[in-house]
Amino acid sequence: MSSVTQNLPAGHEPEPWIEPGHTYASVTDKISSVVLTRPLGIGWLLGFAFLFGIVMVLNLAIGWLITKGVGIWGINIPIGWGFAIVNFVWWIGIGHAGTLISAILYLLNQKWRTSINRFAEAMTLFAVACAGLFPLIHTGRPWMAYYMMPYPSTMGIWPQFRSPLIWDVFAVSTYGTVSLLFWFVGLLPDLATLRDRATNRWQQVIFGMLSMGWRGSARHWHRYQSAYLLLAGLATPLVLSVHTVVSFDFAVGIVPGWHTTIFPPYFVAGAIYSGFAMVLTLAIPMRKAYGLEGFITLRHLEQMAKVMLATGLIVAYGYFIEFFMAFYSGNKFDVFLAKQRLHGPYAPFYYALILCNILTPQLLWFKKVRRNIPALFVMSLIINVGMWLERFVIVVISLTRDFMPSAWGRYSATVWDYATFVGTLGLFTMLIFLFVRGLPAIAISEMRELVHQDSHGNEGHQ
Amino acid sequence: MSERRSQLFGVMGEFSTPEDLLAATKKAREAGYKHVEAYTPFPVEGLSEAVGFKWTAVPLLTLIGGVGGGMTGFGLQYWVAAITYPINIGGRPFNSWPAFIPVTFELTVLGASIFAVFSMLALNKLPQPYHPVFNVERFSQASTDKFFLCIEARDPKFDLVETSKFLQSLHALHVNEVKDEE
Repeated sequence: MSSVTQNLPAGHEPEPWIEPGHTYASVTDKISSVVLTRPLGIGWLLGFAFLFGIVMVLNLAIGWLITKGVGIWGINIPIGWGFAIVNFVWWIGIGHAGTLISAILYLLNQKWRTSINRFAEAMTLFAVACAGLFPLIHTGRPWMAYYMMPYPSTMGIWPQFRSPLIWDVFAVSTYGTVSLLFWFVGLLPDLATLRDRATNRWQQVIFGMLSMGWRGSARHWHRYQSAYLLLAGLATPLVLSVHTVVSFDFAVGIVPGWHTTIFPPYFVAGAIYSGFAMVLTLAIPMRKAYGLEGFITLRHLEQMAKVMLATGLIVAYGYFIEFFMAFYSGNKFDVFLAKQRLHGPYAPFYYALILCNILTPQLLWFKKVRRNIPALFVMSLIINVGMWLERFVIVVISLTRDFMPSAWGRYSATVWDYATFVGTLGLFTMLIFLFVRGLPAIAISEMRELVHQDSHGNEGHQ
Repeated sequence: MSERRSQLFGVMGEFSTPEDLLAATKKAREAGYKHVEAYTPFPVEGLSEAVGFKWTAVPLLTLIGGVGGGMTGFGLQYWVAAITYPINIGGRPFNSWPAFIPVTFELTVLGASIFAVFSMLALNKLPQPYHPVFNVERFSQASTDKFFLCIEARDPKFDLVETSKFLQSLHALHVNEVKDEE
């Protein structure tokens, strides 16, 4: 690719992925100082206190749930899933962008992943933590959750391995574990940097233990790169499999509106779509607050907007095919369900979903919009809302309007549903707050590598 | 600390660019030194070959982890569904293998990933809180922007004076003795 770059006429060179003038030491200083020396500002403290309060609401909601049972939620037959599953699918989808950025873009040698991969991976971990909470508390007796694991019990019973719900247990726990390993491996050299630059004893001890004595020797790096590349290769099919398995929870059932083969690819695209929206939602305030505009440049934001547009179009195609197949199949239940989406009691949600997920992102065709930071921020919030509505439409409309009118019902969430959902939003954001001040939010050693490649006329991979 | 005996671990030269370090490492190997190690703040292409490190077992161990994970996954499901806890659902076969693929796949990835990470750590002998190179004060720069070459005392060609001179001749910015405290 280097020859292409060099042959471009003057004035057409692409913008650099890192502000010019940075050295190994300056990127190290800039990123590590956020963790090591920057005092806790009043903004951070107030924000943290507020989020901590919301996490207490989450504790209260879960405590009450455990005391009284799932009856405090709006769920009842025929709607057994409700908010819990909507939120589970939404959160786990958000996590997918982190793995896409860290693994798939790594395999594709995309340089722009470097300044966003670390916090996107953190976002993945926290989103998976929030996601995992929902099925757990939705079981009604979360202290019995270990029943889902295959273990030799005195009752002599075993999990049903032909059920997508058990596949989900394995997919989500594997995803969480591999994401954590990937994140930690990426952090290892940076933890050593923090150890060496620690300004007090506490930092020295904590980062010293976490960095495990990393020395950055040539042999260390060789094995490290080998392991990192293998992890990226393993995480790539994994991330595709996780949302595929999540979509099997629906698609393997015979409920109208769920039983379609388009679900796995369209769920994966939707996951990446919402995940990139969340990365933008987090990146835009973070780069501003910590002065990281030189690392997370406008070009990065534009690139993410392009990914959102592409995955948004795949999602739009998925909505279209759902409709088309309902009528093409001639199955009267599928046709009825498709019409219910347009005319039924939950039609406003469906139209809002089309507005958020299909119409709004079309603005991203314009370069002016892609480079307008406030517009991108607002759009990322709209897409997050839209993706939540998508899961609501899938879960609620199908369950309230299945085969027999005598089995139809209505669903509305209670205050405890909302408290739990808002609580996880608070938990997620609080963890992000802790992360940006406790660990380097940008991969320092990879930024040094980027500086090295840039100083050699882009001769490295592009 | 003073009553502890200390012995020589090696001599370390400091360089300011990865290119200088790579050139120096190659020269040290050409000069006949075998026990050399280079330390850098980010991976430098060609450096591990230059210190004489060509093959790592990490990929092979990852493969073993993956195969082991997959076989465990499928074996577990087969044993549960067909042998120890068979449930007849509409006369379908007990060994309904297509339904076992998702869990088999997940455990393959899990096994391979765990092996990749832990074999990397184990082969790097981490965690290892103490290492003689940490005794060199300037070595803290190895995780920021300086590049180090260490020729170890166990090398048959090692001689404190000669090796230090050799590193000076490679235009090292600083040359330090590396002490190992016993």
